[in-house]
Amino acid sequence: MSSRTLPLLFINLGGEMLYILDQRLRAQNIPADKAKKDSTIAGWIEEDRRRVMNDIITTMFNKKFLEELFKPQELYSKKALRTVFDRLAHASIMRLNQASMDKLYDLMTMAFKYQVLLCPRPKDILLVSFNHMDAIKDFVKDTPSILSQVDETYQQLIEMYTPLSNGEFQLIRQTLLIFFQDMHIRVSIFLKDKVQNSNGRFGLPTSGPVPHGTQVPGLIRIFSCTGEEKTRLQFNNGGNYTSAIREGSFEIFGDRVTKLGTNMYSVSRPVETHMSGTSKSSAQHTKVNTAPNPLAKEELNMLARLMGGLEVQKAGSSDTAFRVNLFATDEEEEEALITRPDELSYGIINIQATKDQQVSAELTKIMGEFTDSGHQSPSSSSKGDDLLAMMDDL
Amino acid sequence: MFHKEKSIQIKNSASALYNNLSVLRIAPRRLTYFTVVHANVVNMVSASWDGLNYSHRQLQSKEPNVATSTSLIMQAAFCVLPSRELLVVTSQKGIQMYESDGSIMVYWHALDTPETPTAQAVFARGIAAVSENYVCVGVSSGAILVFDVPSKGSNITLSEVLEEHKESITDIAAECSGSQVLLAVANLVTVDDGGSLCVWKSGEEFQLLNKIAGLDISCSSVKLWKGTVVAGYGSGQIRIYEAVTGILQSEINAHARWIYSLDIAPFSGLLLSAAEDSFVRVWHLSVTPETNSVEVAHLHNECVTDTQICGAKFCDGDGYAFAVTGYDLSEIIRYTQT
Repeated sequence: MSSRTLPLLFINLGGEMLYILDQRLRAQNIPADKAKKDSTIAGWIEEDRRRVMNDIITTMFNKKFLEELFKPQELYSKKALRTVFDRLAHASIMRLNQASMDKLYDLMTMAFKYQVLLCPRPKDILLVSFNHMDAIKDFVKDTPSILSQVDETYQQLIEMYTPLSNGEFQLIRQTLLIFFQDMHIRVSIFLKDKVQNSNGRFGLPTSGPVPHGTQVPGLIRIFSCTGEEKTRLQFNNGGNYTSAIREGSFEIFGDRVTKLGTNMYSVSRPVETHMSGTSKSSAQHTKVNTAPNPLAKEELNMLARLMGGLEVQKAGSSDTAFRVNLFATDEEEEEALITRPDELSYGIINIQATKDQQVSAELTKIMGEFTDSGHQSPSSSSKGDDLLAMMDDL
Repeated sequence: MFHKEKSIQIKNSASALYNNLSVLRIAPRRLTYFTVVHANVVNMVSASWDGLNYSHRQLQSKEPNVATSTSLIMQAAFCVLPSRELLVVTSQKGIQMYESDGSIMVYWHALDTPETPTAQAVFARGIAAVSENYVCVGVSSGAILVFDVPSKGSNITLSEVLEEHKESITDIAAECSGSQVLLAVANLVTVDDGGSLCVWKSGEEFQLLNKIAGLDISCSSVKLWKGTVVAGYGSGQIRIYEAVTGILQSEINAHARWIYSLDIAPFSGLLLSAAEDSFVRVWHLSVTPETNSVEVAHLHNECVTDTQICGAKFCDGDGYAFAVTGYDLSEIIRYTQT
């Protein structure tokens, strides 16, 4: 359908990924001296957190990659897009195994699906994208080189998307909705906020402000053939709507107005996904959860360890602390992988950080985009390798 | 006024596409066919009137000589001509026409798809049968393809290409009142993404009778009844125009979100509108062509909770029953009058 969908999909999913990673890394922020004393603690010092974020953002906005991304093209398949994000997640010293990457990807996709569905107008997807871009800009505000990459991307977005008509945006939205079709993974932060039902579907309110450019439903006007209003009738619209609020800004700087696409995670709000069975009933958590859930803290430790910790390991060795386990035991993780419902499987083979010989030219080409040297050869090492090598030398 | 009936389960969920439900009533066999599009598949259900038998069929968007295709389907609609009924399926690659039960494909028309994708998407969308023997299909370039359909067989030919619209076609409708008098005047309306409306008279050469410029608000669904155009817009408004003159007769602030589907029950004048706001609304329209006057009354609301509706159609000419589809829903919801 629309050949202009991929940049928006990539940038928004990338933005969500950064929100999640940032939350995890901050949650494990341990004072520097303590971390140095005990290197087995999987904590992050401020510096490392920023480094991971910078590395990923630099890779995300790699000039060559963006050039390819912005070309008119059909959406990648779910499998191909997942591979892109696997590589992106591994662009830093952080390491995620398949089960954890699955979880991360589920969260990212459900969040963006929610944002696309809830956009009052199709054009608002661009505002959502700007919200993500604004946050990314904030992550790298102290690093001028990356900042300029991000600014350039703003320009490209504005150039490509602001001239589009509402109809063309609706086509983009419809294309995205086909991509997200039938995904109903339950996310606890959504369940707690009551934006998602226990069956995995998002709540669509029939109240609140109408979109910009729409009138509150309820009025029928009949005109005479000379154009004068003859009759005015009211009807009950069955909802509780209010007039539209001001429109968000489509410029590089500005108030986007919508909250969709802003960071909904914070350190004290744990995020889990549920694949099957009944979720923890959200009715049991009616009060706002401000205290960190002790179970979640445990999860966070695992996830932080997942991201590589301070221990530097040669990538590729599978039985060291570098292979991260999001679950309590290896057996549980194995089981999570096996019992993951088929329809939720992304069909990705376990990606090792080095020397992946991928099956299709498409994937090879994409992965080639992530190298510094600009070589397109399949055996070119990933950025993660370069960093790892660097750390070995320290 | 209406109450919910037992839903019909379909094999896949409905995709978020305009006018994503088509209904064909087969009175002699006491059956109704429903079609719902899911990505590159058309789900067809044949439901017996006694509610006891349902049979399913799936049609893929395939070119006849290519094994697989990832071409997404934009729309599937039944076309009822005096001599035969066809199921027309439009996609990114082209237009397929089947016998109405989906059993045999009788015609394939390929669109000019460029080698490498262009910024402007290529697809066909907007389907209507008009007059004795024409099926009209819209294209993303704004062109309308007019196909001449013989009373039987597969010798369907492209008769004419109407180039009037500058934006992608969203919907096409033929005069559905059955009035021969009106059919002799204006019997086709086409609408596009910019909200422009064109009114035509069919024939060996189609004649453009009127063009109503759009206000840059996409018109996603349109109907033509008793010489009156009823159009649904992305702004949630329904506008009613007199077809030949283009005079605006009524404006309704009908929905809080983008309208996805409109339908009219030609014998009773009931109007159905459905939108992303989860609402289906039933209205009554009465038209007096002699005085160019129109009356609109709102009758009923149905809220399909947490669902962005993408298709809504009456199941019969009186509007006694209607059916609804929604994005991500794997069922066809039905309502009948109490």
